[in-house]
Amino acid sequence: MLELTILLPALINGLTLGAVYALVALGLTLIYGVLHIINFAHGSLLMAALYGVFFLNTGLGIDPYAAIVVMVPALFAAGYVLQRSVIGKASHGKDQNVLLVTLGIAIVIENLALALFSADTRTIDTPYAFEMVDLGIAFVPLPRVIAFIAALAVTAVLWFIIARTDLGRAIRAVAKERQGARLVGIDVDHIFAMSFGIGTACLGAAACLLLPTFYVSPGVGHVFVLIAFTVVVLGGMGSFVGALVGGFIIGVTESLGGLLLGESLGQIGIFLIFIAILLLRPTGLFGSRLS
Amino acid sequence: MTARTAFAVIAFAAALIAPFVVHSDFWMGFLITTLLYAYMGMAWNVLGGYAGQVSFGHAIFFGTGAYTSTILHISFGLNPWLGMVAAAVAAGLVGALIGYLSFRYGLRGSYFALITLAFAEVFRILANSFEFTGGGVGLYVPLKIGWWNLQFPSKTGFYYLALALTCLSLAIGAWLENSRFGASLMAIRENESAAEALGVNAFACKLKAIILSGAMMGVGGTFYAQHYLYIDPTIAYGPGVSVEVLLVPIIGGLGTMLGPLLGSAVLHGAGELARRLMGDVPGLDLVFYGVLLIVMVRFLPEGVIGLLRRRHKPGAAHA
Amino acid sequence: MLEAKGLTKHFGGLVAVADVSFSVPEGKIVALIGPNGAGKTTLFAIIAGFTQPDAGRVMFLGQDITFMAPHRICALGLVRTYQIVQPFGALTVRENIAVGAHLRLKSRKAALAFAEEVARQVGMGDVLDRAAAVLTVAGRKRLELARALATRPKLLLLDEVMAGLNPTEVEEIVQVIRAIRDSGVTILLIEHVMQAVMSLADHAYVLNQGRIIAEGHPHAVAEMPHVIEAYLGHGAAARLRARAGGAA
Ligand SMILES: Nc1ncnc2c1ncn2[C@@H]1O[C@H](COP(=O)(O)OP(=O)(O)OP(=O)(O)O)[C@@H](O)[C@H]1O
Ligand SMILES: [Mg+2]
Repeated sequence: MLELTILLPALINGLTLGAVYALVALGLTLIYGVLHIINFAHGSLLMAALYGVFFLNTGLGIDPYAAIVVMVPALFAAGYVLQRSVIGKASHGKDQNVLLVTLGIAIVIENLALALFSADTRTIDTPYAFEMVDLGIAFVPLPRVIAFIAALAVTAVLWFIIARTDLGRAIRAVAKERQGARLVGIDVDHIFAMSFGIGTACLGAAACLLLPTFYVSPGVGHVFVLIAFTVVVLGGMGSFVGALVGGFIIGVTESLGGLLLGESLGQIGIFLIFIAILLLRPTGLFGSRLS
Repeated sequence: MTARTAFAVIAFAAALIAPFVVHSDFWMGFLITTLLYAYMGMAWNVLGGYAGQVSFGHAIFFGTGAYTSTILHISFGLNPWLGMVAAAVAAGLVGALIGYLSFRYGLRGSYFALITLAFAEVFRILANSFEFTGGGVGLYVPLKIGWWNLQFPSKTGFYYLALALTCLSLAIGAWLENSRFGASLMAIRENESAAEALGVNAFACKLKAIILSGAMMGVGGTFYAQHYLYIDPTIAYGPGVSVEVLLVPIIGGLGTMLGPLLGSAVLHGAGELARRLMGDVPGLDLVFYGVLLIVMVRFLPEGVIGLLRRRHKPGAAHA
Repeated sequence: MLEAKGLTKHFGGLVAVADVSFSVPEGKIVALIGPNGAGKTTLFAIIAGFTQPDAGRVMFLGQDITFMAPHRICALGLVRTYQIVQPFGALTVRENIAVGAHLRLKSRKAALAFAEEVARQVGMGDVLDRAAAVLTVAGRKRLELARALATRPKLLLLDEVMAGLNPTEVEEIVQVIRAIRDSGVTILLIEHVMQAVMSLADHAYVLNQGRIIAEGHPHAVAEMPHVIEAYLGHGAAARLRARAGGAA
């Protein structure tokens, strides 16, 4: 029953999905690595971004891939403002408060979407939605190939920013030793907000890459937040490489799990991995440092 | 002291005669919900407020309780009152399992919150996928009205049961504030290794706390199922209950005896007000809850009770 | 009463404690001294069950406690304090101390009453209802001591309870510690304040880079050239001697 002709496409499907998961997780891991906070609103911000792409497409006729130039800055600004004006102020220096505040933000965004757009699942139509690319071993939908390549490209850009720019140097300094960074004159609150903004901007890109093959509904963030956490915990909190590899592992797990167990049970695999990793190796497969 | 005792007696008397004064089904329903969440808020408070182990997935105990009594009733004809006991046992066992795994492996803070959420999701998906839980369709509790069947002919019966549960939760809060066990939990919350250095068995205490917390939630689950006569995976294990039971003590005052009751009254009172003002659009009440959560953490991390205390003893917070 | 044999602990490549053996006789005050980073706190953590040693054994009252959980060791009558104070910030001083008192007393009332008694013993009688979070450094150090004392220990491990105190406060706490010893509690203390060590300790061990390099009466130990070198750097003893010689 499980022939290679079914298995291979599922595997490739999982890899392309995994690239987008990795992108979502990269944002989360960056925020964790610098601010040492768990951003529970990450998934709902992605959901908001998906709605943004949806309305840009259906309302203004903007192609989802072209929407990247709007969505990335928009999400960056949203993240920057959220951190500076809400999360940073409410934390009172306690991790638990951050968790609760970001939970609050998630609830607000999710239910605002529900109130405004109803619980309907929405998709967009693109002329290339059903175009297939022959990879030799299997046919893969074009949008998935684009998502895969673009996700890797965004990752490379992110890596460049962190590793090679002045901003990146400041971010790394704050991640490592915030007190010391403050002493040498770095505006730590600004860097926190920048990191949060960049982490959220990843969601803008992810939303544009996802929507052509995915859907949006108010609850979709809830699915993603757990997946993103799983990826991040699997790869090691704060590790870039870990987020990439973790993304692929989870993408493939979901794809193959869905094939073997059916859609709904397939997701259990992800949560079980999550639980097992938390219990057995909370530092993840790749340790936990912002590399 | 005497003023407080007098106030408590008056409040209790008022609660007892409420059903004779309030005649609308709507407001009785409102009171029942408020009391039930005061009770379940205390359940969360035992673990999250007193012991400092914040859970994002308390629905797992609620849902397990609701399914346990309902399934035992449907399949084996077990009386729901006994089902309520079974629910407490089952939810307590789930608590023991999660607690044993999490605490044995030293999971703390945000990680503990995430793992409880993941467990709740696993249970939700499982409940969605199995035959005996009714899958996504859910389960209907067969209608057999009678107090012996835990289905009261009017709201009054459920009201008194909810009131009893709330009183029980207050007694548990009072016990925690005046016992060695409660003192150990608070010490663990404040500083776990310092507590261990003073002879507190942190693992055992946290385990007992999650079992107690879970069992209480389980009873709440049975109450819900018998009251509404229907449950499905989203009601039982979805994030709604998990969020509401953590909001209640946070709004009222974490780790306090009266916090959950106060919090539930404020949350549901304000929620009702918001619904009247903004209309009954699905989701809007939760938007309101989310805003409330952010505002509370930002401006009133000690909850409403902190506000009241500050009023009574000016400057006490800074002494 | 306490006997450590061959204790060794590595942190990655660093050897924090290397083959350390020593003993604490009942009824005495024994001091553990040594320069910063010598491994003193790590040694306490091993004894009290918070850190597992890579090698070696710890015997307490004839019982092997090497891999025992901290709370069980505490129940046997061995309690530690923390160098970096760890108050239960939101609880009052009385409630803080009562956590320790509960080890032997189940009743809340009895524990609170005993906490009050202990607080007076260490000079905290007038701050009983204050939140621990608002105490001064000296207050927090005393609170560490009081909480530990409330467990009614047989052996008390004190980690730099005098650091950061002014001379008057040091003198007060020296009196308190002496009184505790006189009440029958054995004490092992880590201390940098040498004048306190001199006046309190019956015996001293010197730890340097994880190893015990000297032991003996505090006065004798303080004069040993290699001990002085460990503190002040290579050649320090010779320089001191030369300067002393030149002055004479
Ligand atoms: N958990 C740990 N992980 C890694 N290294 C550690 C750890 N704890 C202690 N160390 C290292 O072990 C060495 C001994 O530390 P320790 O705290 O025991 O010294 P100490 O003698 O108490 O010093 P001080 O007088 O400054 O308190 C130090 O080099 C310290 O950096
Ligand atoms: Mg030390």
